[in-house]
Amino acid sequence: MTIHAWLLLGVYLALLLLAAKPLGSYIAAVMEGRGLALRFGGGIESLLYRLCGVRRDEEMGWLHYALAILLFNVLGALAVYTLQRLQLWLPLNPQGMAHVSPDSSFNTAVSFATNTNWQGYSGESTMSYLTQMLGLTVQNFFSAATGIVVVIALIRSFARHTARTIGNAWVDLTRITLYVLLPIALVYALFLVSQGAIQNFDPYKDVTTLQVTEYDNPKLDAAGQPLKDDKGVAITEPATTQTQTLPMGPVASQEAIKTLGTNGGGFFNANSAHPYENPTPLSNFIQMLSIFLIPAALCLTFGRMVGDMRQGWAVLAAMTLMFVVVAIAAISFEQQGNPLLANLGVDMAAGNMEGKETRFGIAESGLFATITTLASCGAVNAMHDSFTPLGGFVPLWDMMLGEVVFGGVGTGLYGMLVFAVMAVFIAGLMIGRTPEYLGKKIEAHEIKMVSITILVTPFLVLAGTAIAVMTTDGIAGIANPGAHGFSEILYAFTSAANNNGSAFAGLSANTPFYNGLLAVAMWFGRFGVIVPVLALAGGLAAKKRITASAGTMPTHGPLFVVLLIGTVVLVGALNYVPALALGPVVEHLMLYPAH
Amino acid sequence: MKTLLRPAITLFVLLSAITGIVYPLTVTSIAQAVFPGTAAGSLLVRGGKPVGSTLIGQNFAEQKYFWGRPSATSPQPYNGITSGGSNQGPLNPALVAAVKERIETLKAVDPGNQLPIPADLVTASASGLDPHISPAAARYQVARVAAARKLPPEQVAALIDVHTEGRQWGLFGEPRVNVLLLNLTLDDQQGK
Repeated sequence: MTIHAWLLLGVYLALLLLAAKPLGSYIAAVMEGRGLALRFGGGIESLLYRLCGVRRDEEMGWLHYALAILLFNVLGALAVYTLQRLQLWLPLNPQGMAHVSPDSSFNTAVSFATNTNWQGYSGESTMSYLTQMLGLTVQNFFSAATGIVVVIALIRSFARHTARTIGNAWVDLTRITLYVLLPIALVYALFLVSQGAIQNFDPYKDVTTLQVTEYDNPKLDAAGQPLKDDKGVAITEPATTQTQTLPMGPVASQEAIKTLGTNGGGFFNANSAHPYENPTPLSNFIQMLSIFLIPAALCLTFGRMVGDMRQGWAVLAAMTLMFVVVAIAAISFEQQGNPLLANLGVDMAAGNMEGKETRFGIAESGLFATITTLASCGAVNAMHDSFTPLGGFVPLWDMMLGEVVFGGVGTGLYGMLVFAVMAVFIAGLMIGRTPEYLGKKIEAHEIKMVSITILVTPFLVLAGTAIAVMTTDGIAGIANPGAHGFSEILYAFTSAANNNGSAFAGLSANTPFYNGLLAVAMWFGRFGVIVPVLALAGGLAAKKRITASAGTMPTHGPLFVVLLIGTVVLVGALNYVPALALGPVVEHLMLYPAH
Repeated sequence: MKTLLRPAITLFVLLSAITGIVYPLTVTSIAQAVFPGTAAGSLLVRGGKPVGSTLIGQNFAEQKYFWGRPSATSPQPYNGITSGGSNQGPLNPALVAAVKERIETLKAVDPGNQLPIPADLVTASASGLDPHISPAAARYQVARVAAARKLPPEQVAALIDVHTEGRQWGLFGEPRVNVLLLNLTLDDQQGK
């Protein structure tokens, strides 16, 4: 790491931790129904409840809460699917984008409803402006709100005792959207425009370039498929152009909630590498900050709501420590560059620049890759597929930790609290006492739900990868030969089941096979976790609170932080080391053969 | 279930209207009032005609122009509507072959150049539309551009210094040169 990279990481951490506390307190206030914002927006809120027939003081049990969340998200998926399938007939489609295919629409609908934002399509050549804003932008808000309200329900279950309810899902969803996500996104979107992100509804603009470009244009058959010769090489004909078509659209408004809500689905195919999405190094830094902002703040919301800030700081400390280690690793590996290119006489002082933007360089690309994969964001400002083997190992590993180190908004903290319960359980086994966390006894029901939560995603990842590598449809998508091709598939399923959404994007995933299988992984990776987490919340809320005794393990000190980190890392390693050995590890050994 | 259906559907529709219509339209109207240039795409106009955007790179292959990052967009490089990288892995033979070819092209047009070849000049960018190159990549091309334009190399090198942006606020990003702006200035100076 260069001095500049250390400085960048230091400033990032300082600003993140500074911003986390006030925002955490604010979110706690909003979710407990107090504070200035509620008085300010109370009129709109009351009107919404009246129109919806919601009684705000009527709380729900966990099952009722889970059903409400599921229903709301199914509606979201249906809306996104419908908008894509009908977009040619709908307004705000100046480019005349055709209806999207059924399998791609299905994949995208599930992808955006589950906060994954995996993208099999290229935004600028597929989606109308209406689909982007009324379908995708809306789901960026709703899936973020869903994650946050689930963790708020779980926090309440620790804070309450002998209670039958965990909150009102409609009220929670409304408040987090109106008072937290919308105002921050609005200011943030305008900042992005100030840096150069675009925000308009104009048709795409043709400009006359300085020089004529000569290129080989692939010949197409009547069905629009590229023609190939006997050897399978595409047939091309020479062509020239002096026109460049610049894509337009309401980008900044979607970009803001894309990172703030750890969604990650880009307006354009190149995502946050596209200069119209992420124009300057400063916009890049703020994007990185916004990804971790709410996940970090929620740790302190947790501390406040359970009445012991030290509990929140302990969880945040565990996350921060794990983040720093992988961030340093990613930046260092990318800085080393590619020895194969160095052999050709290329000066590798700038590092591995394949698939990276000049304005970001190595430090901001490596840091972004770490942040976006630890949080289940999945936006990218560099192409992970072109990272060095160990540089690409880091994003994969980040996701394999289960998206609990900061993680997605809400999802990260509820995942981490599940690991915290697991950690006290393991500690309890070691010393032979009944484990307890925050005054709640951890018993059979809790451990069952925790186990389901922890095991759902590895099952989806490993089974999905196994199916894909054993079928011709799965193999057909591979872009890079050798071990890297396996990594592409492993990355796709890891990303989908953990609701991340980034990719080793060489994989051709816009096929019925991948669209279908990855959608299944995304759906169950999301709701296969949310439902047991809410069941866990229901059980905990009903328990009596026991007072801490001399035998209670404190869950706010360094010992607990170490235990928590150990649990997260061990579970990740036990699940995935064999698969990782076949992918990036083999590739690294091939890139640096022993002499 | 019935007690859930009404609030679910109504709330979904109302919040969709707020976040999917009111919010983007509010951002658009404020953005276009306060930052009209950037909201519309930071377009560059010469003689009343748009010739590009300061944020979007263009393909340059003529000797008199500075060249930008290699672009992996298809079918032509710097295609504005197919943004993306090559996605070639570090061991992919196609990557090594592509870089080799780019080095040979650079050597062929400027055989006397002994400077080390900067990595960003022979590797494809992430977006395929990267408007920048590193100052080293610009300096590497000074001799060729100066010869093609019959200008003293010092004058061309001085122009690079003028167009070099440092780290934003001294901390963020990397020093860089906007290729399109640099080439436009060269054309303007020579009255083309």
